[in-house]
Amino acid sequence: MNATWSRFNVTSIVLGFAFLYLPIVLLIVFSFNESKLVTVWGGFSTKWYVSLFHNQGLMDATWVTARVGVISATVATVLGTLAALTLTRYTRFRGRVLFSGMVFAPLVMPEVITGLSLLLLFVAVGLDRGFLTVTLAHITLTMCFVAVVVQSRLVSFDRSLEEAAMDLGAPPVRTFFQITLPVILPAIISGWMLAFTLSLDDLVIASFTSGPGATTLPMKIYSQVRLGVTPEINAACTILIAVVAIGVIIASIANKRREVQRQLDEQAAQRG
Amino acid sequence: MTNIAATAAAPAETAALPTRLAKGFVDRLVIIVPYLWLLFFFLVPFIIVFKISLSQTAISMPPYTPVLDFSDGISGFFAGFRELNFDNYAWLTQDALYFNAYVTSLIIAGISTILTLIVGYPIAYGMARAPATIRPTLLMLVILPFWTSFLIRVYAWIGILKPEGLLNQLLLSLHIISEPLVILNTYTAIFIGIVYSYLPFMVLPLYSSLEKMDHSLIEAAQDLGCPQISAFWKITFPLSLPGVVAGCLLVFIPAVGEFVIPDLLGGSQTLMIGKTLWNEFFSNRDWPVSSAVAVILLLVLTIPIMFFQQAQAKAQEQGK
Repeated sequence: MNATWSRFNVTSIVLGFAFLYLPIVLLIVFSFNESKLVTVWGGFSTKWYVSLFHNQGLMDATWVTARVGVISATVATVLGTLAALTLTRYTRFRGRVLFSGMVFAPLVMPEVITGLSLLLLFVAVGLDRGFLTVTLAHITLTMCFVAVVVQSRLVSFDRSLEEAAMDLGAPPVRTFFQITLPVILPAIISGWMLAFTLSLDDLVIASFTSGPGATTLPMKIYSQVRLGVTPEINAACTILIAVVAIGVIIASIANKRREVQRQLDEQAAQRG
Repeated sequence: MTNIAATAAAPAETAALPTRLAKGFVDRLVIIVPYLWLLFFFLVPFIIVFKISLSQTAISMPPYTPVLDFSDGISGFFAGFRELNFDNYAWLTQDALYFNAYVTSLIIAGISTILTLIVGYPIAYGMARAPATIRPTLLMLVILPFWTSFLIRVYAWIGILKPEGLLNQLLLSLHIISEPLVILNTYTAIFIGIVYSYLPFMVLPLYSSLEKMDHSLIEAAQDLGCPQISAFWKITFPLSLPGVVAGCLLVFIPAVGEFVIPDLLGGSQTLMIGKTLWNEFFSNRDWPVSSAVAVILLLVLTIPIMFFQQAQAKAQEQGK
């Protein structure tokens, strides 16, 4: 009886993953296309990658995007972790409902609204649109994603560890850095990476909040896509995918190692 | 458990006063910093949007007349109420374009959400029933596309759906169709784009509620002679409802205001509110009207967003 179900299950998984991955695979394959047409195969070539590195506009945009990504992800990770601590540790304070609302709402808020509202804020306070405004906008958006990721780790955290440390006289700040932080570190790292990729990815909010001299890579790609599909964009996309994929794979291997190490430590502790 | 915690906490109560003061200070700092950030960069901007939606378009930089300005002091602020201008909202109701855009967006988002559920459910179900050893890998494979750029994934479909694109080439060479299908720049392309881009958002909550389910319930039903299909509808599906609700909201709400997908796959003819807002802002440079469009869109989405928040809060409670 289980055989029919499992055949159904396997089929749906295979079809589902084919649907998820085929477009990306095709995009990568056609970045190595000799022909200028994206959909007709004209032989293997890496010439689009070469021309990519001579495209000054694209290289500038990449540099802007990387800087915005690193700065905004780092600040967002700090703020998001604080927000996660607030959500899990302090169940009673004035304005908690508003706070959790402000953390969860940006996750689903249409980007056009967030982008427009942030732009109007920057205009109202007289901040010139550019590198700083894009970074501030990305911090606001991504800190909420970090908060959710870190919060899910904090919920399953055994608080008696902290209590033990404080009973032994450790001040709260030291307890946090020596006990809490190492345990939730994997979630913080994946939160940072999520924030970085979201920032790397964002077109709509960046278009609203950016100004002259701070064109990000998605804005550049978008303006080129509107003019037509070219293998050069495929090549740019492929590099972006490769960077993110390598990052995610390294992080998950590191995560797994740390997990195994932790289990070994725990076993050793129990035996000792 | 509570007893142990209480006795363990007792020495902390008698801890030196400075330590306790320090703790109170740190606690407050932990709350205040993200709180103020979100107030200033998330809540205050909405108030400004609302304010500007009540102002008039002006040919200046910024292109709107100031309203409710504190520069004339408090009395000037209150006098400003008389100058408030609801023309932008009146304009939105007069021009059928906006109303149609809202309705079309809601319908497109609704249909896409149902399609995503139909596509995503079998995947999540298959994953939840997969051997425990390969489940983490499958989970990682669902999350991975989410890490690659949204823009890139939408862009990839242009090459596939174009009249001379890969899908038409394949179907023509297999002699399934005799002339190329027109998919790009139609609503079908938007549906494909939304289902594709938002699929992980649907699969993940579905998977987490299906994985927690006790499979022996199904076995019991089958032992008692319940056919597989009705066992699914009577047991599995109701138990996965929290996941269904969470997944649908995660797809529906952003899809209503989606810009990139209708713009790149739907062509110039499609009428979706995210695109309308974008054009109003970037092409017409009409900030007050685009603010009014945003305010109405936010009002339309208030109810689903509140549902989403409640679902989040509930999930958080259960997590503990």
